[in-house]
Amino acid sequence: MIAPTFPAGGPALTHAGHAAGAGWSVAFPLALVLAVLYLTAAARVRPGWPRSRTVGWLVGCALVAGVGSPFVTTFPYFWATDPRTHMLSHLLLGMFAPLALVLAAPVTLLLRVCPPVGRRRIIRVLRSRPARMLAHPITGLVLSTGGLYVILLTPLYAAGPVVDQAVQVHYLAAGCLLTWSLVGLDPSPHRARMSMRVGVLVAAAAAHAVLAKYLYAAAGRMAGELATDARTLESAAMLMYYGADLAELLLALVLFSSWYAQRGRRLARSRTAADRGPTGVPF
Amino acid sequence: MTRPAVRVGPDPRASLLAAAVIGIGVMAAVDEIVFHQLLAWHHFYDRSTPAVGLFSDGLLHAGSLIALVGGFFWFADLRRRAALVPRAGWGGFLLGVGVFQVFDGLVDHKVLRTHQIRYGVDLVPYDLAWNLGGAVLIVAGVVLAVAAGQRRPRS
Repeated sequence: MIAPTFPAGGPALTHAGHAAGAGWSVAFPLALVLAVLYLTAAARVRPGWPRSRTVGWLVGCALVAGVGSPFVTTFPYFWATDPRTHMLSHLLLGMFAPLALVLAAPVTLLLRVCPPVGRRRIIRVLRSRPARMLAHPITGLVLSTGGLYVILLTPLYAAGPVVDQAVQVHYLAAGCLLTWSLVGLDPSPHRARMSMRVGVLVAAAAAHAVLAKYLYAAAGRMAGELATDARTLESAAMLMYYGADLAELLLALVLFSSWYAQRGRRLARSRTAADRGPTGVPF
Repeated sequence: MTRPAVRVGPDPRASLLAAAVIGIGVMAAVDEIVFHQLLAWHHFYDRSTPAVGLFSDGLLHAGSLIALVGGFFWFADLRRRAALVPRAGWGGFLLGVGVFQVFDGLVDHKVLRTHQIRYGVDLVPYDLAWNLGGAVLIVAGVVLAVAAGQRRPRS
């Protein structure tokens, strides 16, 4: 169970330089800029932009802004340098916020508000080989989950405030890339096949769970290096494990429900065709 | 891109597979909720797990969560297409549950030693009940699946 235990010794024990997900960070202004840009664009779309998408975008921005401010991440765990604070930032920036942002179809919105010249240019970029490779689920998997291994298992984790800000931006960007490649609603010229997307989702979820259990197992050894206690690290690892389950559940629901809807459209089409056709199959 | 038309009509094989996927997911959820969380018999990690056990545990955990969701949408799609064969589905479900149970009981608990069923007790009766229970489910699943196949022979 994830119990927010206050380790003996308190804040004095924790790493002085480490502040990922604590206080104000670059995520806060980033979220504000993203929200303003989207709202401005959505207001210009005629005859109107779906309100649910705007809500999705704002929810995503609110999560990002929350991580960038001292209120969401430090409040539950009392002080800033707690490893659980880092985990919470990782989960919100890398998994929950990207899902909300991706479901708001930002590229579609961009295409709708751009003049024809700009639109053609964007489409050309989306079709280019580098964009195709970047938008592949395996690229997203390597950058987000692979990046997580690098961050959490190397001194990057406690490398100081500048690196911490970069880590936050990385969590968000890599999370968005992976989520977009798996469940993006935007038109994608080279959307990966369903089997590839399910496979990458399982691989990402498994690699994440393995890392969480590894951190749990190594808590005793790592606690000394990170100047915290083993129980706090263990509960951070469990937060990572079960928090990711919730995010993966949501991702799987979106992925499979869109498959179900798409198949439903195909079924309706083939039924109409069968009704019309001279040799329609009776059923 | 041309896709083949969607098949309509009873499909015992897909019914069995979809329900088996659900069975695996359901048993994994029961394992997590009942044995890990409610009874707290299983441990999150018991410090005797080798690296390969950690890997298999993560894959199984992630795979079964996604299997549960995917299985239900697959099942719903079969129903929508009137392709569901209930008897084959039940057979597949029991098979999925039983296979997960036995795999967890033999490979995870014994070979990879991710964790044991319970701690501080004699394990033999627990292991026997766990794996024999799984075997009974597998047999019941096979019987149902075979019965479904005989009832509606596939051309």
